Parts: sequence; structure tokens; C-alpha cells
Amino acid sequence: MYGLGIIKGMAITMKHFVATYLDDLRWLTNGGRYYNDEALLVRQSLKGQGAITVFYPEEKLPVPERFRFVPFLVTDEPAAGQQWGQDWCTSCGICAKVCPPQCIWIERGKQPNGRPKPEPEKFFIDIDICMNCGLCAEFCPFDAIKMDHDYELASYDRTTAHIHDKERLSKPISYWREIAPKKAEAEASARDFVKLAKERRKNKKGGEASGQEERMEEAKARQLVYRGKLY
Amino acid sequence: MTDTMLKTPEPSSTPDVYDNPVDEAIAALKKRYPDTVVDDSRENYSGVVVNANNIVEVAEALRDDLGFNYLSSVTGVDLIEDNKLEVVYHAYNIEKGGGAVVLHVQVDRDNPIVPSLVPIFPGADFQEREAWDMFGIRFDGHPDLRRILTWDEFHGHPLRKDWREPFYEADAKPFGSRWPGGSVHRAEEQNIYGKNVQYPSGWVPTGGEYEVETNMYEGVTISRDATPGLKTDKVIVNMGPQHPSTHGVFRMVVTLDGETIMGLRPVMGYLHRNHEKIGERNTFIQNIPYTDRLDYISSMSNNHGYVLAIEKLMGAEVTERAEWIRILMVELTRVVNHLWALGFLLNDLGAMQTPMLYFYIERELVLDFFEAAAGSRMMCNYMRFGGVAYDLPDDVRGQPIMQFLHDLIYDRIPKALEQGDGLMTGNEILRNRSIGVGYLSAEDAIAYSAAGPVLRASGVPYDVRRAEPYSYYEHLDFDVAVRYNGDIYDRFLIRMDEMRQSLRILEQVLPHLKATEGAPIIGSKPQYALRMPAGGEAYGRVENPKGELGYYVTAKRRSSNPERYHVRAPSFINLTALEKMTVGHKVADSVAILGSIDIVLGEVDR
Repeated sequence: MYGLGIIKGMAITMKHFVATYLDDLRWLTNGGRYYNDEALLVRQSLKGQGAITVFYPEEKLPVPERFRFVPFLVTDEPAAGQQWGQDWCTSCGICAKVCPPQCIWIERGKQPNGRPKPEPEKFFIDIDICMNCGLCAEFCPFDAIKMDHDYELASYDRTTAHIHDKERLSKPISYWREIAPKKAEAEASARDFVKLAKERRKNKKGGEASGQEERMEEAKARQLVYRGKLY
Repeated sequence: MTDTMLKTPEPSSTPDVYDNPVDEAIAALKKRYPDTVVDDSRENYSGVVVNANNIVEVAEALRDDLGFNYLSSVTGVDLIEDNKLEVVYHAYNIEKGGGAVVLHVQVDRDNPIVPSLVPIFPGADFQEREAWDMFGIRFDGHPDLRRILTWDEFHGHPLRKDWREPFYEADAKPFGSRWPGGSVHRAEEQNIYGKNVQYPSGWVPTGGEYEVETNMYEGVTISRDATPGLKTDKVIVNMGPQHPSTHGVFRMVVTLDGETIMGLRPVMGYLHRNHEKIGERNTFIQNIPYTDRLDYISSMSNNHGYVLAIEKLMGAEVTERAEWIRILMVELTRVVNHLWALGFLLNDLGAMQTPMLYFYIERELVLDFFEAAAGSRMMCNYMRFGGVAYDLPDDVRGQPIMQFLHDLIYDRIPKALEQGDGLMTGNEILRNRSIGVGYLSAEDAIAYSAAGPVLRASGVPYDVRRAEPYSYYEHLDFDVAVRYNGDIYDRFLIRMDEMRQSLRILEQVLPHLKATEGAPIIGSKPQYALRMPAGGEAYGRVENPKGELGYYVTAKRRSSNPERYHVRAPSFINLTALEKMTVGHKVADSVAILGSIDIVLGEVDR
């Protein structure tokens, strides 16, 4: 029959229309379908039914650990009475070299005698240029630069707010543990492992072949943590 | 034992027996044109160098006698040290599959003239225009040699090595100004007016009369009178660049007789940022996130093509788990892309938003998975040389990963396809609008170098995954989807078919993912400053959802930047056949025909 295809299509549209209301009824006694974190998660999962819209900004989807947005610099916890903690960054420049759009500027610190100090004097990221690729965090050997989860960076004036300096970029390690607990833990254990292996090697002074083996083991562990299951 | 069995076999009358059609074709060419076709002696270069004056004959022989009838890629290379410009052609055998016959034509850099191959391979049209635009290589006999990605008045040829962009800082990244003495500055501060920009002679920045695009409108021909006996004027209409049907900023200059399209000129380049120049400034690894921005719907496949090319060049091994993860990602990308493409095709046909949003539901789920795995929904930046960046995540939105993938592949996506089928396949309006509209014959599809669903909907069962298998595709069981009518409806159906085939592949991938759990996902420790161990050229191609995506990369030994980086963009080359498909149809159909090619302007304009 001519027109049957259209009617069939309409039936599917009708099904979608009804599904949303049915889902509404289901959540009626559980805090409602909207503005309810639990309902939002179900709506966005494989079990979601009907309209899947998220009412941003009233509702916000949680982002996964690996989510990456403009980077930040990791510091120690600030000591009592101080605003900033010790930088983890050693200003080795790997992030600036690997950055595809070249949005990272680092001024390496100088000791009084003029030799380089492993600490950044200044650190800038132009977030207008940053493409959020995450390569800086991926290749930082000191876990000192990490990708942030704060994606609400819109501002009225790009000329004043969009070059992030060291103050704006620095965030304590506790913040990283909060937004990416599993990743932070894995990285911490890798650092511990490397530290332990180094100490053991030092104590063993004359060890010839075993040192090599350890180093390999260490590299493997690092590899696993950074690239494998735990990440 | 008889005497005959002990006899040594007589030397065969044809001593040239090749196990590979490419070698055979190259040998035949060399035999036929001993003086003009010679081997390429450079390190790790395949193919032959052809004398510029004979390229048309050689191409004709290649097409008619040797079966290499599909000219996939044409591009220029600036060999500034030898004061030469080179044109590189990749031709494939569409019936037999296999690798490419690569032709190199070298001409003097100061007077670069190469005979055009458009009369032999119409698909070279836009690509030769691009080579003219970017390198200033004049293609003698090209019917319409105009700039294509930059505008008519553009000064210079940007991909020449001595051309410098307005924000020029250095020839290669990383820039010295970033570390150790990094003083921040904005890019625009570097472009002090007039100091770092070149304008054509006579151009006044403050107004003045300037004639634009005269060539283009002159070229639009008025071929026939649609309504004899009635006095009508032909009208030239610019559809786009700001037009909802063009999927971005794309312009079609159409000549109309009434509502009938008499001629069509695509105008593109509004999104042009010279991806290839950026790519040549970048180090090898820095290019990976840039490839995401080509066809931003299917960034995973873009990554794949690029890392394949570089892996060929550096000879890297990919681990088993990484290969399975790559196939998982790439096939999910295909599903995502086709869901998107069909949604927008329906949008173009007037089924405003509703089917598109229904398709988005499953797309969102896949993107959730990409986000959990790679950190970003669309700009995935997931693949690395020798593997992938991260292992699969533990969970997606609270559901264990393998469970999530299983439910997605066995339940949600099949249901979505079924629903799409019910919604559209039998829909009478859709059928009336699309059957017989935008016809492209198999011969034309091959001649115009169409790729992907456009080629296969015209009855040519050519799929890179089968023709020249990469990754683990030769171990996987799937069919190459093919349809024979070559109209919009078949291009719609073939995308449904391909999604089903992708699901078949995904079902086979899941057990392998389970079996390789915990195995390494990258062959060697990733380096932030990779240096190419050996120089040479490499062409990595994958079957992108939109067609054959190829990366042509050349590099010098020990270099950290590609010498030449070219993207064979399927969306761009598929547009070559747009006029052929559109002429004779109504304006409203042109929108649907464009939708059925499925272009993404990020890739068209590069």
C-alpha cells in the first residue's frame, strides 16, 4: 500500500515520543527524571530511554578521568600560611617541545651563578592556541603537567584572560587526586617504584648484571602504569 | 621414475613472471618506454620517474593496457635543493586490487609545466588544480586551471618551501622562542601590519575596485535550452557558502534554467588553513592531533591512516592488542560517521532533525566510549606510532568496559539500524526523492576517482580493507558492501549495509580484546622527538568512512619533520563528480546529491 512506509516511520516517532513520558513516570517517585544526578546517569547510559537531553548548565555530565582540557601545573600542597606549594616542574622543556600548536612558553630559572635551575621562572599557556591534545601531560617525565577537567573557561575578553600564567596554572596535587583518583594513584605508585629501585641500586654498589635487570623491570613497570591497564 | 620427470624444465618463453601486478606493470612500462620511464633511485622510493613530455602516453597505457584505471592521488612536491618540482601520481588497479603504481614527474622549478591528465583521468581535475594552487605547477591542457583552495588573488604558492606564512616563526617546530627563555607573545603581535604579509602588486588594503572571480563566471557554460519555445534567461545562483545544506562553508555556483541545473561549479577553501604546510612544520608526533581536525566526524580513522604511513616509513611494529583496539575504534567510527551522514542526508531531504536526532542517541554512546578511552569525544588523538595512546578504560559511565561494548555492539547499534530501516528505507517520500536522482555510472565513478560509499554504490566493489589489507583486516570475515544503481537511494542503502558489516567485524574483534587483556598496547616507548631512521616516501591509506584516505609522507634520514606531507582527502576528491551527478536535476535535488556524497569541510578545505 502506498504510504505504508510513512505510517511505519510515524509509528517509530510515536514510540520515541511515548518512551520519554514512560520514563518520566518511572522516575516520578525517585526524584524525577530531570535535575537528578542518578536519573541523568541512567538516561545517558545504555539503559537510557526516550529523550536523552542533558539540561546544561543545570545538569552536568560527569567527565571521565582521561578527559582532557587546558593543562595545569602540579605543585606540592602549599605550606601553612603560604599560597603556593613547590613546583613539580623542572623546566626541562619537553612539554614546550612536544606541544603541537606551540602554546607553552617556559622561562627556565637561573641560579645566582648563572647556571640553570631546575625550576620554571615563568610559565605561560595561551589557551586560545591550546588544542587540548594532552601530549604535554603524556610526555612529562615528572608528572608535573596534567590535563584539567574544568571546561568552563569562556570569558568576555580574550586579551586579558586567555594567557594563563604560572599562578593561574598551578594547582596542588590534591586537586589532581580529586579529579583523577585512579590515574593519580597509578602515577604515584610508579614514582615510588622508580625511587625504590634507585635506592636499591645505590645500596648494592658493586652489582653488575642485577642492576640492569632492575632497570628493565623498572622501565616495564613505568610502561605498564603509563600505558597499560592501570592508566 | 621416467626420464621426462628428470628433465630440467625449459626456460619459459616469458622470463618476466611477477607475483605482483605492480611490478609487472612497472616492468611493462619500462619495456615500452625505455628512455622515458626509469626507476626512482632515491632511498626507499617506489615507482618510476617519468619524463614530463610522455606522462600522458604513459598514463594512457597504464589505464588501457595494464588495468591501472583508478588514479587515486595526484600531488606536488617541492624539491628545492634540486631546483625541481615533482608531481606524484598514485594509480591503482581497481579489478585486481593491490598496491599503487607510483609515477614521479620532475620539472624545472622556474618553469614547471606538466601535461594535464584530466583527459585520461577526469578525477585528476581538482587535484591538479590544488597542485597548481599550492605549488604553481601549470598543467598544460587542463580545462579549467584556477586556484581551488585559496582565492584567485592569492599571492604565491604556499606549499613551496620558500613561501612563508604571515605568522611565520621558523621552518620547523619546536620553535626556539618557547624554551628556555620563553617570553609569551600572541601570534597577531608577530604580524605587524605589512611587515610579514605579502600582497599582490597593485592591491590596496583600504578599498579600491577589485574584480573578483571573473574567470569563474566566464567559465560557467550554458549548454542547452530546457524549455524550447519559451523565452527564458539563464540565471547564475550562488548556493552557499552560508547555506544550511552545504554542511559547512561550501559554495555551489549553479547555472539555472528555471529550476533545472545546467552547470555547477563547486567553490571551496573557506576553511582552508593549509593543513599540509602546518604538517611540514610539525614534528611527526605533533601531526597526530592535527589529523583529528581533518574529517572531524571520524578522527580515529584519520589517526589510523597517518600512523600507518609513518609506521611504514620508520618500520615500526604494532602490538597485537593495539591492532585490535585500532580496529574496534575505526569500525565504531564508521558507524558513527554513517549515522551522522544518514541523519544529515535526511535533513537535506526535508526530514528536519527528527531522524538525525534518533541516530545521535547511539552516536552519543559511542562518543562516551571514545571520551573514556581517549579523553575527548571527537578530537581523539588516540593512536601512536606502534600502538595506541592508552589501553581501554575500565568502565564507561559506570558500566564495565567489555559489558558496555558487548551491549553496544549486540544490542543498541543493531536496534538503531533496524529503527533507521523502519523509519526510512520504505518511506515513499524518501524513495521518490532519491531513486534515480544523482546517478553516477560505474565507469564514471572510477574515472572521477570517487571513493568509498560513492564508488561502491555505483557497482564497483572496491574497498581498501580488501584491496590492500592493512592492520588485521585480512583475518576478518566481512563482505564489501556494493549496490548497483548509483543514485542517492543506493548511497543511502550502502551506508546501512556498511554499518552492518562493521558490526560483523566488531563482533569478531571483541573476543580478541578479551584474550589480549593486559598485553602491551604499544611496541616501543613513545618518543616525543622521533627521528626518522631512514629517509624515503610512504603512502598510508585506509578505508575511511568517506572513502580512501591516504597520507603521502616523505622524509629525510634523521629528520624530525616530514619533508612533504600530503592528505588525499576523500571528501575533496569525491566532489569532482558532483557536477556530473547534478546536471539536469532540480535545485532541491542538488542539496540531496551533495548530502549523499557526505562531505566534511574540514577535510575538503584542509
